[in-house]
Amino acid sequence: MKTLLMAMLCALLTTPFALAQTRNVQDILQTQRALIEESSRRTIGPAIDALADSGLPAIPRVLETWQAKEMWQRAADGLFFAGEETADGLYRLIDFDTGAPVGTYPRSELTQLKPNSGIRALIATALVRFQLTDPDPAKRSAALDSLGRDPEAGLLEPLRASVAAETDPALRARKERMERLMTIAHGASPAERIAAIESLSGDLGVDFRATLNPILATRRTVIGATDPPPANVAATLSPGGEELGVTAAYDLLVAEGRAPALVTKEARDAALTAHIRDGEVGGLPVAALSSETARDTAYDALVVAGLAEPRVGPQDVAEALAGHRFLDVYADPDPDVTAAAAAALGASQTRVAVGQAVDLGLDALSLASIYFLAAIGLAITFGVMGVINMAHGEFIMMGAYTGFVVQQFVTNHTASILLAVPLAFAVTFAAGVALERLVIRWLYHRPLETLLATFGVSIALQQLAKNIFGTQARPLTAPGWLDGAWVINDVVAISYIRIAIFALALLFLGLFLFIMNRTRLGLETRAVTQNPRMAASMGINPDRVNMLTFGLGSGIAGIAGVVIGLFAKVTSEMGGDYIVQSFMTVVVGGVGNIWGTLAGATMIGGFQKGVEWLNPSNTLAAQTYMIVFIIIFIQFRPRGIIALKGRAAGD
Amino acid sequence: MHRSFIARHPSVLVFLALLALFTLAVTVLSEGFGVGVISTSFVKTLGKTLCLCLVAVAMDLIWGYAGILSLGHFAFFGLGGYMIGMWLMFERTRHIVEGALADAALPPTPEEIEAAIGNQVFGVVGSSDLPLIWSFADSLAIQLALVVLVPGLLALVFGWLAFRARVTGVYLSILTQAMTLGLALYLFQNASGLRGNNGLSGLQNLPGVTAPQSEVSLWFFWASALALALGYLLSAWLVSGKFGSVIRGIRDNEARVRFLGYSVEHYKLAIFTLTACIAGIAGALYYPQAGIINPAEIAPIASIYLAVWVAIGGRGRLYGAVIGTAFVSLLSSWFTGGQAPDLTVAGYRVAWVDWWLVLLGLSFVAVTLYAPRGIAGGLERLAGRRKDTAS
Repeated sequence: MKTLLMAMLCALLTTPFALAQTRNVQDILQTQRALIEESSRRTIGPAIDALADSGLPAIPRVLETWQAKEMWQRAADGLFFAGEETADGLYRLIDFDTGAPVGTYPRSELTQLKPNSGIRALIATALVRFQLTDPDPAKRSAALDSLGRDPEAGLLEPLRASVAAETDPALRARKERMERLMTIAHGASPAERIAAIESLSGDLGVDFRATLNPILATRRTVIGATDPPPANVAATLSPGGEELGVTAAYDLLVAEGRAPALVTKEARDAALTAHIRDGEVGGLPVAALSSETARDTAYDALVVAGLAEPRVGPQDVAEALAGHRFLDVYADPDPDVTAAAAAALGASQTRVAVGQAVDLGLDALSLASIYFLAAIGLAITFGVMGVINMAHGEFIMMGAYTGFVVQQFVTNHTASILLAVPLAFAVTFAAGVALERLVIRWLYHRPLETLLATFGVSIALQQLAKNIFGTQARPLTAPGWLDGAWVINDVVAISYIRIAIFALALLFLGLFLFIMNRTRLGLETRAVTQNPRMAASMGINPDRVNMLTFGLGSGIAGIAGVVIGLFAKVTSEMGGDYIVQSFMTVVVGGVGNIWGTLAGATMIGGFQKGVEWLNPSNTLAAQTYMIVFIIIFIQFRPRGIIALKGRAAGD
Repeated sequence: MHRSFIARHPSVLVFLALLALFTLAVTVLSEGFGVGVISTSFVKTLGKTLCLCLVAVAMDLIWGYAGILSLGHFAFFGLGGYMIGMWLMFERTRHIVEGALADAALPPTPEEIEAAIGNQVFGVVGSSDLPLIWSFADSLAIQLALVVLVPGLLALVFGWLAFRARVTGVYLSILTQAMTLGLALYLFQNASGLRGNNGLSGLQNLPGVTAPQSEVSLWFFWASALALALGYLLSAWLVSGKFGSVIRGIRDNEARVRFLGYSVEHYKLAIFTLTACIAGIAGALYYPQAGIINPAEIAPIASIYLAVWVAIGGRGRLYGAVIGTAFVSLLSSWFTGGQAPDLTVAGYRVAWVDWWLVLLGLSFVAVTLYAPRGIAGGLERLAGRRKDTAS
């Protein structure tokens, strides 16, 4: 009774005072002066709330001023003002309520309020409700960002109120979505929340999933066998199952004080060590304690002697576990809401999985185009001509370094890449022709020796590049318009550079088909490859054709080098990274057939991405499995995916 | 049989005699047991070179005689090294751990020792459990058997798959290269159970042996010389008989040998597996002298160098492989070790550390083009000319 009276008295006393307070900002600030001066994130809450709830028109400006560290306190009387520095180093103070200047003061008579980042974040949240209706769209957008980071329950109503008046369609859509999300989290009735959940069911947005996850979060708890279960149980767990191991279950019991703690090995050994007397403990000599069983025996002897806590045996553990039930309980007490959330999340996750599969497919496709680009030159020199060129990887490297050198002189990235492509082709074409003239033509009928000789060239070229360009990786910068990615939704995105590589791979495929099937050189190349003597008697010069074809294959490797350099680092050893893959691509696809090379690249790229998907942290493992896979694959199709038949197959 | 074999092949006897003489000379000049002209580290270099010569003999068998250019024999070499390295590292760590635990109040249990070893060995890759493949690491006998069995089994499985599918020529070369690349990439993972890219280290210390490195290095040198002698003898005996004739036939015309009724695949598989075992033994002797093994050792380039050595020495002749390997690998370590004096050509300072590989690559091209028989072929031509003039 007494308390009630006191409370009424207090209410009577404070009500008129509070009414008076709402009249101006300074009064509120003065009421909260102690808290504001303390300036601590933990205690500042009531002060900000008092300001924000006052409904005064000047409040947004007060909060913004405070947040921007432009609020000053006059030392003489402790009043708060907005302050701005004047030209002569003094500070002009402006009254919050009237907006009128109250005079200029030197710094020594003022105290600046410096809210720390935690307080500034709280102020920002308090500001959101004002900024949601701010005339400036940028501020409204910032308010929504802030709301996305910290969707506080109290802001739901101001948000709803602001939707109707929103004129900007994009912002309106964002506000409506945010309203749905906040209704899910903070809606007044379960029906309202369920409706909001169902309206977004299957949505791919990260924000939607992030809103649902806390609703579906569970807490693991343990109750006695006969205790009534708490509200909204997600699952009942049986100890020893997959979800909850016996040890973990028992630890839970110990943590809740429902069972005695296990005696750990460390505790046992510590107890034994503590009770060593004359080289003996628990009736056993210390030297005999070199096994677990001996130590347990000695410890049990200590227990009998009353020197240590008894051990909890497996029997005790089983009994304790049997006497309890282990539950996962939803944080949200309403089963209907959690059921709706689980269904909606399930729908979203299904769509996310589909999206990820699409994303993976795109990744695989872009990896396949990289392999295809690296291998297409080889498809000419090895696939069509049958020459094993182990220096092919070094031609890729030469192309990439050509791009690097061009970028040293031409600073415009677009121009430099456009210049680098033909230049790289020229350089590697020349290198290829030189290699063919000097080495390969002497070895046309000795493939193993071609392999060895080109290895020698490869070693020499690699070291030469190292001597010229050093060992550190050189960057090859892509033009600005290739930065960024094509974002389809929150799950599926593909970077422009990968699209460019894919387009380039298609272009090269077309180029290859055109040259081989529609030009004189292609015809002659095919003729010389099938039967050089017959071709020679038809007036074709096999030497010249071989030279040009080899140069063409090498030149394409050079262009591939520029492209590969755009996303991988350019080093003297980069060729080695591609040579084995490239040969695999050609061999798996089927030698002598460009469609086979395409199929090989697609298969290898797809397989590698697939393995990476199963074990995402480990690209090394993916490559290992891929090689094992190729070795096994060759068992079943020794001549590759697309095997040439008949006369074209050769030997 | 044995005597007549030696009698029919005096070059084998000459080789063994030279090897014995060389071993004796090194021993006499060494720091461990001799006058100390040759430093311990150079004894190790020579010992390692003998191991490389052994794997080169194996390479010559598979390439020079059977015509199969394997670009993956360093995978077997490395595996042999890993197998012996596991025992060396485990036992040495056990000695250290037992020493550390001896001061504890209670005598250590086997579980504690194992946990401490696991922690010590695998702490570097963020793990503390000994993987399953280390189950036998405490037994020297089993690990020694694995030195032969693991490379042999890998070669058997790989060879069976490859030869059965009639993968030949350059395709097989690329496939073997893919195999060694795959193995290297696998071992680079921390989860491989062999310490990822850290590899196994401290292998130069024999567990429980207090003799100084100057003596230990000589023991390994002798073992390497003995292994080379036995490997050479075995290889020479093998290629001199019917088996040798068949595999040379396969090299020269595989289809004809098949039509004569020989099971070409079985012969290839046998020689492939045998050479893998020899490579494993060579690796097991090499890495304790090198002190460390890591997956970079079995990268494809290592096997390519092996082919380079054999080609320069002259393939199809066992002593050619030995000469080529000894010559090129010692020259390599001389040039890349920074001992070679720099040359100044037209104002440009040629640092051999940088230019040696360029020279090696180009001379390899030259040998392939102009001297396919290598150094041994050149020697034989000289000897043949002298014989011609004498007669």
